[in-house]
Amino acid sequence: MYLTPEEEKMYNGYYGSTIQKCMEILVALGDIYDATEMVDISSAQVSGVSYKTIGDSGLEYLVDLASDPKAKTCVPSTLNPAGVDLDNWKDLGFKEEFTKRQLEIVKAYRKMNIMTTCTCTPYLIGNIPLKGSHIAWSESSAVVYANSILGARTNREGGPGALSAAICGKTPLYGYHLDEERIPDLIVDVETDSLGADYGAIGYMVGKKIGDKVPYFKFKNKPFPNDLKSLGAALASSGAVALYHVENLTPEFQFAQNRILEDNIEQITIEKKDITETREKLSTSSEKPDLICLGCPHSSLDEIQDIAEFLVGKKLKNELWVCTSINMKAAADRMGLTAIIEKAGGKIVCDTCMVVSPIEDLGFEVIGVDSAKAANYIPSMCGLDVVFDDFKNLIIDY
Amino acid sequence: MKDSVKIIKCKKISRGQAQGEVILSKDSLSFLGGVNPKTGIVIDPGHELYGENITNKILIIPSGKGSTVGSYVIFQMAKNKTAPLAIISIKAEPIIATGAIMAGIPMVHKPDADIFNLLKNGDIVEVNADQATITLFN
Repeated sequence: MYLTPEEEKMYNGYYGSTIQKCMEILVALGDIYDATEMVDISSAQVSGVSYKTIGDSGLEYLVDLASDPKAKTCVPSTLNPAGVDLDNWKDLGFKEEFTKRQLEIVKAYRKMNIMTTCTCTPYLIGNIPLKGSHIAWSESSAVVYANSILGARTNREGGPGALSAAICGKTPLYGYHLDEERIPDLIVDVETDSLGADYGAIGYMVGKKIGDKVPYFKFKNKPFPNDLKSLGAALASSGAVALYHVENLTPEFQFAQNRILEDNIEQITIEKKDITETREKLSTSSEKPDLICLGCPHSSLDEIQDIAEFLVGKKLKNELWVCTSINMKAAADRMGLTAIIEKAGGKIVCDTCMVVSPIEDLGFEVIGVDSAKAANYIPSMCGLDVVFDDFKNLIIDY
Repeated sequence: MKDSVKIIKCKKISRGQAQGEVILSKDSLSFLGGVNPKTGIVIDPGHELYGENITNKILIIPSGKGSTVGSYVIFQMAKNKTAPLAIISIKAEPIIATGAIMAGIPMVHKPDADIFNLLKNGDIVEVNADQATITLFN
């Protein structure tokens, strides 16, 4: 692949071994995917944060890397969720030994100049790339949001790939960075009105069917941003979808529509019964959940507001976690939403979620979720049962 | 050059060179859950190399698979001195490629010959990633 003279210098070690290694990773990725050159990026989202997922291997690598003062990001870079709430881990029952290692990981990332936001929704807290900009993001639900809703351009990076890109400010130009990879492969016609958890169910069923293809959705009613957040997360977890278009809605739909008119592409239809079946299939238990875990991807402020409004005057029988970023929590505190949720017996949990935290060690058995992504991962990643439904149906009060 | 020496062209993934004994499998390998980083022993019961030690060997596999955390596992193996000497992959994928670079293990891919037919376990080869060659001494 072609490297500019400056990139050659980075690759050949002129700027030290850390930049050299990062550049080598980017060049290797470029070679694997037949990239012809590098492109400058304007933003990064780095995954590989939870001690539960990366373990001692990841911790050792990051501490090692961060010990080099040259290992610093040069574009705005935000961090994926960790395995605990970094501030309130003790109250939530997280173990000290686990937390100690988790905090070391976060510290290493901070040393590398990464914003320790610890959220899978960087686009809700200020990491908002512009349409058409090249970025390197590595959280699959954020990748699909950035490509589809913001119209930015990123591949589904792995943690080390995104970190290398953040340090070098570059990524190999291939895949979803190119126009031709953003053309829809099939039309998904949703023939019925969709509401709430339906979007996750649709994403789950379509993702399973299409793998890494680019779907073009036609919805009967207009989805809201929170719906698209759920839809994308599910598409990216049951499949490997990195980009979708929604007719009359997403920023590149016109480009996509023009291509559809030119080519005769496959179409799949989704009916009410498909959604109902998938919603049922996503639950692995018919027991009442002992923990309801919302916020996968992390809750937006208006989602927290909806939950709080529903809980006014209620007393919860099951435990409730609303997972979000510290940014949303700060606003929820000010607006009195946190107080309402806590009065009902729930908690706002920052920095982590039900998938990447060790909830299996906290004594819970059945987890209630309104996220198809969480329903997809909890049985395998935590070994626990899930009940999938809209949050209002999950909550049991006295 | 001796008649018994054969040089195969390939493509570089991670720089460096190493010479050693081949351990090969036609099964793709996941380092996370597939290899014990403390011992270098393959622990995936479904893998052809189950129970074998890949430490200080030239590992030849079709490709990688599984979790992206595998990259960190390769790094940890290098720190524990349980890593392979070099990796030859038929077609590299990001997990092992990234891990090999992070760990400083020479790695090449796309060999220009049917390497599974030319080599068997225990053969001696040299991998030179910088010159993009694999040298066979059998």
